[in-house]
Amino acid sequence: MIRLPDPKPEVLARREEIVAALHAILPGDGVISEPLRLKPYETDGLSAYRQPPLAVVLPNTTEQVAALLRYCHGMGIRVVPRGAGTSLSGGALPLADAVVLGLMRMNRILEVDYANRLAVVEAGVTNLGITKYVEADGFFYAPDPSSQLACMIGGNVSMNSGGAHCLKYGVTANNLLGLKLVTIEGEVFEIGGRHLDAAGLDWLGLLTGSEGQLAVVTEVTVRILRGPEGARAMLAAFRSNEIAGQAVDAIIGSGIIPVALEFMDRPAIHACEAFAHAGYPLDAEAMLIIEVEGSVAEQDLLLGKLKEICTRFDPISLRVAQTAEESVAIWKGRKGAFGAVGRISPDYLCMDGTIPTGELPSVLRRIGEMSEQYGLQVANIFHAGDGNLHPLIMFDANDPASFAKAEQFGADILTLCVEVGGCLTGEHGVGVEKRDLMGVQFTAKELDLQRAVKSAFDPDWLLNPAKVFPLEGNPAFAPTLPRAA
Amino acid sequence: MSAALDTEAPDTEAGVAAIVAAAAAAREPLSIEGNGTKRALLRPVQAARALSLRNLTGITLHRPQELILSAWAGTPLPEIEAALAGHGQHLIAEPPDLSALFGTDRPATLGGVVATNLSGPRRIAWGAMRDHVMGIRAVDGRGEVFRSGGRVLKNVTGLDLCKLLTGSHGTLGVLTEITLKVLPAPPAVGTLAVPVRDLAAGVAVLSAGLGSPYGVSGAALLPAGAADFGLSGPVALLRIEEFSEFVAYRLRRLREELGGTVLDEATSRPLWRAVGDAGLLRAAAADAVWRVSVQPTAGPTVAAALRQAFGARLLLDWGGGLVWAAGPATPKAHAAVMAAAAASRGGFTLFRAPEPLRAAVAVLPEEPAPLAAIGRRVKAALDPQGVLNPGRMRAGL
Repeated sequence: MIRLPDPKPEVLARREEIVAALHAILPGDGVISEPLRLKPYETDGLSAYRQPPLAVVLPNTTEQVAALLRYCHGMGIRVVPRGAGTSLSGGALPLADAVVLGLMRMNRILEVDYANRLAVVEAGVTNLGITKYVEADGFFYAPDPSSQLACMIGGNVSMNSGGAHCLKYGVTANNLLGLKLVTIEGEVFEIGGRHLDAAGLDWLGLLTGSEGQLAVVTEVTVRILRGPEGARAMLAAFRSNEIAGQAVDAIIGSGIIPVALEFMDRPAIHACEAFAHAGYPLDAEAMLIIEVEGSVAEQDLLLGKLKEICTRFDPISLRVAQTAEESVAIWKGRKGAFGAVGRISPDYLCMDGTIPTGELPSVLRRIGEMSEQYGLQVANIFHAGDGNLHPLIMFDANDPASFAKAEQFGADILTLCVEVGGCLTGEHGVGVEKRDLMGVQFTAKELDLQRAVKSAFDPDWLLNPAKVFPLEGNPAFAPTLPRAA
Repeated sequence: MSAALDTEAPDTEAGVAAIVAAAAAAREPLSIEGNGTKRALLRPVQAARALSLRNLTGITLHRPQELILSAWAGTPLPEIEAALAGHGQHLIAEPPDLSALFGTDRPATLGGVVATNLSGPRRIAWGAMRDHVMGIRAVDGRGEVFRSGGRVLKNVTGLDLCKLLTGSHGTLGVLTEITLKVLPAPPAVGTLAVPVRDLAAGVAVLSAGLGSPYGVSGAALLPAGAADFGLSGPVALLRIEEFSEFVAYRLRRLREELGGTVLDEATSRPLWRAVGDAGLLRAAAADAVWRVSVQPTAGPTVAAALRQAFGARLLLDWGGGLVWAAGPATPKAHAAVMAAAAASRGGFTLFRAPEPLRAAVAVLPEEPAPLAAIGRRVKAALDPQGVLNPGRMRAGL
C-alpha cells in the first residue's frame, strides 16, 4: 500500500470554519461537505485507493478558482485538482485534509476557429466533446485516450494524455497552443496563446504533464485538425511474440507510418474475443491491428504493402477490412479490452510503462515468468509503434494478499521497463501509483531539480501533494509547514 | 560578442561539468555555444569566457526501427541528417540551415538547434523541434549532470525538463546529449503554387489547404514571389510530402479546389529549403531580422503594419502565422514589431541584429508578472550563481 501524508491537525480542526468560508466564496450548490455526497470523490480510476476529502468545491469560473486558491493558500490548505476522476495512477486521489477542486462545471466550448484550426475550451470539457463539436465540419482533436468519453481536457493537459493514434498525431503536449492558469496564490495568467511556439521559455511544455503540481488549468486552447479522407484497419496474427515484433520492425522500416499499430498478446486476444466476438484468431500468440489513412486508393495501396510485409512473417491469419464497418469490427475487441479483462477477473491493475520496441519479446517473456511466480494472470496490450506497454494484472481486491501481490508484480514490471531502457509511465502519469518508484528512474539529483521547479510554482507544496515525488524529502510531508498568512 | 572570447571546448561531458563547476565557484559567467553560428540571436551575453560544445560530438544511438536517435550536443546537424538519410529517415521538425542568414560557413550543432527550438516549414503539420526531444542529458549551473526524458517515444514520468530546456537558449543548463524522435522521410514531394491578389487572400488559400484532408506539410506565402523559382507576385505555396502516387493525387485535388500550378520535386526541394532558411526574405546585410508568431489569420495584419512602419521585407510561413521581417536595425523599427505582435496577441523574437540594438531592447515579449517571478525562481533553481548565458533571453536573467 502506498502511504499518504498525515493530515494537518490544524486544518482538520477548523473544518466547519473552512467549509463556511468556501460557501462564502462559492454561493449556491458548489461546495460539498456532507460525508455521503463526498463519497463519489473519494477515489478516481485507481479505485483500490479511497480517501474522502475535507470538502469538494465545484467552481464555474476562473475567477472563482482564483478566489478559492487564494483562500486555501492563505489558510495552508492542500488542494487536489480534479477533472472527471478517470486517472489510472491516482492523480486525483484526495487527502483527508485537502479540498478537491473539481473543474467539471467549467465545461463550455468558448470558441472554435477553423481558419486558425483551434478551439478554446474550459478545463471541464470532455476530450471527445471537442471532437464531437467539430466533427461535422470534418475536424477532430487528435489525442484519444481510452477514457475519452469521460476524461476532461484539463486532466488530459495535467497528465499529457496519449492514445492509440499518437504515433502519427502526437500526445496532448503536441496538440496545445495555450493555457489559462491559476497559481496556488490565486494569480491568473495565460501561457502560449493562439500561435505556435510562443517566444521565451516553453512554459506550455513544462505545464503539460505536470500532474497538478504547478498550477490549476482552467482554459485550454487546443489545435484541431482536419481529418483524413478515410481510414481502414487490418489484422495480422502471428505464431509468437518474437515474430510479431519482427513484423512491427519491418513495418516501421518500410517507411509507412501507420496511424495506429496495436499489439495484443495471447491472453489479451482471448479476453477480448470472449467479450466482443470480434473474430480474433484464438490460435495466435500475438496479433497486430494496423490502421492507415487516406483516400480509398491510398488505403488500398498502403494495406497492400502492409499485407505483403506481414506475409513475410508466416502469419496465421491476415484480415484486411474492405469497408469502414469491417474496420470497426477489427477495433471492437481492442476498444473493449478493459471491459473484457474486467469480465474474467474481479479486479485488475492497468500498468503503463514504455520500452524500446525492440525489447518487446524479451519483456513479454519476463512478464510471463513473473506471472507464474506471482500466480496472477496478465494480459498485455501494447502501442507497438511507440513502445507503450499496458499489462493488465488480474487480482481480487477482496483479498488483501492478492492486491499486495498485484502491486508488487506491477512494480517489478515497471522496474523492468526502466532496466531495458524505458520508463515508468508512457501516458497514465506517476500519480500516487508510481510515486515510490521514481527513484528507479531518476537520481536523487534529478528528483531534487524537479522538486525545485515544483517549489518555484508552489513554494508551500499545497498543490496535489503526495503525488509524483516520493514522500522522503517532500516538504508536503513535514508535520508543520510555515503558513503564508 | 566577438570570436575573441577565451573559449574552452571540452570533448567529454565530464569536461563540460568541470568547467561549469569552476565557473560557478568563481561566479564567472559563461557564454554557452555550439559552433557559435547564432551569436547574433537574442541579447548579447556578458561573459569573458565561452564554453563551446563543438568538440563533444558523435551519434551515440540510432535505432531506425525504434525511430530514435541520440547524439552529443556538439554534433554538426549535417552529420545527423546524413546518418538519418542513410536509413531513409529525417528530422521531423525540418530545422533550418541559417548559416547564410547569420553570415557563417560553419554548420549548426544539434545542441544549438535544440537550445533555440528552431523548426522549419514542416512545423505547421508535424510539430516543433521541442516536440521531438525525447530525452536530454545536461549540466546544470552547479556543474552537475542530470537527465530528463529517456530514449523511448512516450514518456510522462516526472516533470518534463526536456521541454523546459529546449528553447531555453542555454540559460538553464548546458545540453550535452539529446535524444530525438525521427521518422521515415516521405519519398516524394510536390508543391501547389497559387498566385493571390494580396496577403489576406494568400492566408485564405493556406487555411483552405491546411483545412483539407490532404496532409499539407508546408504552407508559406511569398509576398514578392521568388524569381529564382519563376514565381512572381504574392504567391501561396502548399506542400505535400508522401509516397509519389499520393503526392500527385493530393496536389491534383488541391488544385481543383484552389487553382494554381503544380511544382515538381526538383523545384520543390530547394524552394522549401529557401523558405525554411529565410533565404527568400532577402534580408540585406545591415538589416535586422525578426520573427513574429501570431495566429495565421493575423499574419497579413502584422505584415501590413511592418510594411507601413519601415517598409519591411517579408516572408510568411506556418500557414501565415510565422512572419519573418527584415528592416532597419533601429529601436523604432523594433518598437513597431513589438506593437504589431502585441496588437495581434502574438509573440516576437529579435532574431538577428547588430549588438547595440540587441543590448538596448527587449528581444522577447515581456511575461506576465507572476510568471516572470516563477521564471526567476526556476532560473535560480537550475543556475543559482547565474553563470549560464546570463542576459541571453532577458536582462538580469
